[in-house]
Formats: sequence, structure tokens, C-alpha cells
Amino acid sequence: MSPRSQFMLGIRTITPVIVGLIPFGLISGVVAVEAGIPPEAAWSMSWIIFAGAGQIVMSQLVSAGAAAWVIILSASVVNLRMLMYSAALAQHFRTFSIGVKALLGYLLTDQAFVVSVNRYNEHPDEPPTLKAWFYLGAALALWLPWLITSAIGAWLGARIPEEWGLLFAAPLSFIAIWVPGLKDRPLVVAAIVGGAVAVALAFLPNRLGLIIAAVAGIAAGYGYEEWQR
Amino acid sequence: MDIWLLILIVGVLTFLIRFSFIALVGRVGLPEHLQRALRFVPAAVLAALIMPELIYRNGVFSPIRLAAGTVAILVAWRTKNAIFTMTAGMIVLWVLQGMTGV
Repeated sequence: MSPRSQFMLGIRTITPVIVGLIPFGLISGVVAVEAGIPPEAAWSMSWIIFAGAGQIVMSQLVSAGAAAWVIILSASVVNLRMLMYSAALAQHFRTFSIGVKALLGYLLTDQAFVVSVNRYNEHPDEPPTLKAWFYLGAALALWLPWLITSAIGAWLGARIPEEWGLLFAAPLSFIAIWVPGLKDRPLVVAAIVGGAVAVALAFLPNRLGLIIAAVAGIAAGYGYEEWQR
Repeated sequence: MDIWLLILIVGVLTFLIRFSFIALVGRVGLPEHLQRALRFVPAAVLAALIMPELIYRNGVFSPIRLAAGTVAILVAWRTKNAIFTMTAGMIVLWVLQGMTGV
């Protein structure tokens, strides 16, 4: 396999996933603009942050008037799951220079992680360079449509009146990724506790309740799993 | 805080999360306890983001949002399809808003 064919294989493998990404890209642009973020800043989130859930959280909290530190903490916590991906991919990328690693790191997403790890599990003995080319193909095939669809979303958002209530698409987009992920009972416990605490503490200033609820949910899921063993 | 500064800070932190272990490889791994806790981050954080939005609108209980959100959760559970989920939720919201004039 040549680098070029590995790169193309990465693109082909991730293509079906891209279709599912389109509504999230559009919504991330729309809700950012509806939240009052200028369109050029709304679009720039897509290449500066490049993480759908984090971007939508940010828009939601900006429109809710949350404190800056709550926005920063919440948007980052949503992206914390990528620590796991980084840890899992690290061994495959260990031979590269720090610059190449930075590029590979910047492009890391849920989707690129999943298709690459599947590939590496099936072909563990492939040389690191070929592994990286596969990853790059998959990651870039996701990066470009993300920038395009969020730009279209930002453009649309600037033209859709606020009365349409499109900001409600933010929690709906979360539901679309949240519900299918509740695969076992500890995860359901984490979700129920996190949701209930957030509702109970919704009247705290600056959306402080969100942080407390997230910690409570994670602790509940973890504790339940311990207790189950 | 300036919105550009906010975006930049979140962007840098997100990059550091992604880059973390790829940069450090060979020296440290992710402790098992942390790995197990991280598994719960999306479920808990998303629930905390979603639920208040489905129950309140501007701090007041909103039956319309609750109905639209419940439908969206059911559609997500049955179909696992993002487009169906978001479309169903928005349609219920718009229909109920139209009926009640809110």
C-alpha cells in the first residue's frame, strides 16, 4: 500500500459518517449566530475549536449569559473525552516529530478515532507512516465538510428570524448524540443524575449548576459501576 | 469577555486535550480510574445541558419544550437517526407554538 492509497482509503472509510455530520455542522453555525455571536466568529469556531459539541455548548451558554469561566470550563469538559482517544492513538504515532504530532492531534475527532482504531486493530503491523496517512485521509475528509457546513449554517443563521426558535436545535442535536450513547446501566445512571441535578440547580447564577451536575453525574455513574462489581 | 478571546481559549484547551497523550507518548499512560471516569463524561454533561433546556424557557416551566424534547428523545431512541431526531423535535415545537400562540 502506498501513502496515497492509504490516504484515499481513509477518506473512503469515513465517507458514510460524513453524511451524518452535515446537520451538526449546519446547526453549529446556526445556533452560534442565533446566540448573538458575529457570523465570522461563529464560523471561526469551526477551525479554532473544531469540536461540534464543544462549539454548540459554547453558543448555548453565551446566549444564556453564563460567566466566561463557566463557558470555558463547560466547553472544555465536553471535549475531555478526547483524552481517551489521544491515549489510544499515541502508541501508533510515537515515531513522528512534534510538528506532525501536533497536526495529527489538532485533527482528532470521535469519528476519525473510531475508523482509525478499527483499521489499526485489523492491520497492527502496518508501518507508522501508512497508519498516519490513513488517519490523515479520514480526519481531513471530516475537517473540510465541517468548515463548509458550519459556514453555511452561520450564513443561514444570520437570515433566520429569532422567533423561529432555532436555538432549540442545540439541545435537540445533543439528544441525537446522547440517547444512542446510553448503552449500559451505569451510563443511564450518570445521565439521570446529571440531568436531575442540572434541573434542580438551574436557578443558580452563571449556569453554575451545569458544572455541579456534570460532576455529580460522572460520580454517580462511576460509583454505580463500582457497586455493581 | 470578548467573544474572540473566549473562542481562542476554548480552542487552545481543546487542542491540548487532543494533543496530550500523542505528545507525551512513551512517558505516561492514562490511569485506569481516570479512563473509567471519562467514559461517563458525555452522558452526564449532555444530560446536564439538555434537561434544563427541555423544562424551562427563560426560567419558566415550558410544557411545549418538554413535549418537543420528549418526542425527540423517543425518536432518537427508536431510530438512532440525528436528522429524524432534530426534525421531529422542531416540528413538535413549531406546531405547539402555533396552536398556543406562544
